[in-house]
Amino acid sequence: MSYAYYPGCSLHATGIEYDLSTRAIFNYLGLELVELEGWNCCGASSAHALDHTLGLALPARNLALAQPLGLDLVVPCAACFNRMKSVEHALQADTALKAEIEEAVGTAIDTSIPIRPVLDVLYEDCGPQWLAEQAVLRLQNLKTVPYYGCLLVRPPSVVQFDDPDAPHIMPDLLNAIGAQVMEWSYATDCCGGNLSLIDPDLTYRLVDRLVAQARQAGADTIVTACPLCQVNLEMRQAGEPRMPVFYFTELIGLALGLPEANQWWGRHLIDPRPLLKSSGLLNNAAQPKILQRA
Amino acid sequence: MDTISTLSTEVSTRSGQQVELCYHCHKCTAGCPAITAMTYGPDRLLRLIALDEQEAVLTSRDIWLCAGCFTCTARCPNDIDIAAVMDALRQVAIARGYRPGVQDALLFHRLYVDVVHMFGRSYEAGILGLYKLRAKQPLMNDMGAGLQLFLRGKVPLLPERSKDMPGVRKLFERSQR
Repeated sequence: MSYAYYPGCSLHATGIEYDLSTRAIFNYLGLELVELEGWNCCGASSAHALDHTLGLALPARNLALAQPLGLDLVVPCAACFNRMKSVEHALQADTALKAEIEEAVGTAIDTSIPIRPVLDVLYEDCGPQWLAEQAVLRLQNLKTVPYYGCLLVRPPSVVQFDDPDAPHIMPDLLNAIGAQVMEWSYATDCCGGNLSLIDPDLTYRLVDRLVAQARQAGADTIVTACPLCQVNLEMRQAGEPRMPVFYFTELIGLALGLPEANQWWGRHLIDPRPLLKSSGLLNNAAQPKILQRA
Repeated sequence: MDTISTLSTEVSTRSGQQVELCYHCHKCTAGCPAITAMTYGPDRLLRLIALDEQEAVLTSRDIWLCAGCFTCTARCPNDIDIAAVMDALRQVAIARGYRPGVQDALLFHRLYVDVVHMFGRSYEAGILGLYKLRAKQPLMNDMGAGLQLFLRGKVPLLPERSKDMPGVRKLFERSQR
C-alpha cells in the first residue's frame, strides 16, 4: 500500500522525531510514503491571520501536487492537516472561491483526495488488533494520557476526525500496545499553539495546567499527535520533575521492537530515557517480528 | 457607491460569518484558553463589532491573542466560526493601519510569512533569531531553549527550500499582507 506524504516544515525541524518514527513504522509495516515533490509550507497559523486568500492558496498548492499521484494524502502535523482540510472544505462550499484559488495556484484542484492523519491510517488501514499482534513489547508499565490538542479535531465539521470531546482513536492504539491509558478530560484542550513565542507566560500557564492534570490522572507521560503541542509541552514546562512527552508513533515503534527507536529519545527536550528505564523499556532485547504481509 | 462600511459588514464579507447571530451565551469565552490575557473575550468582541466600536475592537489585544484553537467555533450554538471572525479582524486592522494590540504577534506572523515567501518553507532558526532581535520581549528569553533545540538537531542553521520556488512565489503575487 502506498500513500502520498506531506511532512510539513515542523517534521523536518522541531518535530523531527515524529517524522523519523512515522517513516520507521510505515516502512516496517510495508506502507510506502511518497513525499510530495516540491511541497511548500501550508502557512500554518500565520498566513491565514494576515491574508485569507494566501492562507488558502498555500495548502491548496500541496493538494494540487498530490493529485497526479492518485493516492491518499497522509499529513502527520495537526496544523498542516487542519489547513489542508480547511481549504478542502472552503473550496467545496464556494465555487467562486475555488476558481480564485485555482487561478492563484495555476491548476484545477481536486477536493476529493482523502486527507488523512497518521492516526487514521494506523487505525483504519492497520487496525489496533493487528498492531497488537505485531507488538513484541507490551508497554504495561507506562501510564499515559492521550493528548490531541486542537487542530486534529476542530472545527469538527471541517476536519471530521474522531470525537472532538472524547476522542478514542489514540487511546485505542495505546491500549493495543499494552500501555495504560489514564482517564482525563483535557485531551483536546489547547497548549497555546503559536502563542508560545508571542505570549510565553500564557503558554507556560496552559502547559502547566495540562501537565498538572496529567499527573493528577496518574500519568507519567503525555502522548501527542502534533509537533506544536509536543514542543510546547516540553519547552514550556516550568515545574519539576518534568514530564516527558512522546509522539504516539514513537511508542508504537517501541512496541514493534524497531531498532531505530533508540535514535529518537535523545531528540527530546525532556529526556524520556529515565522513564523508559524505570518502565523496563530501555535497551530491551526485543526484536521485531518478520511481518507476514497480506 | 455606498462608502459607509460598518465593521460588522466588513467582517461578514471577509469571513462569511454573521456576528449578529450571537446571543451571548458566553460558551466561547468560557472555553477560550487565552481569556486570562485578553481585555474583552470573544463574546464581548462580537458585541463591540455589532455596536460598530471599531477603535476598541481593532486596537484590542484580543484579536492578536487568539490561538486559533477553534474551541469557540466548535461550541457556538449559532454556528458562528468565531476563529474566522478573529482572522478577519486581524486583516481589517492591518488594512486600516491600526497599531496592533500585541505588536509581537504581528511581527511574528509577518516574519513567518516572509520566510515562506523567500524559501517556500518555514525556517525556524531564521524566524526565531529575527523575532528575538525585534520583539518587545527581553532578548535573552528562550536563548536556553533555543540552544537546547539546536543541540538536538531540531533547528537546522540553513534554510530548506521548496524545490519549486517559482510555483510558490506565484501564490504570493496577489497577496495584500
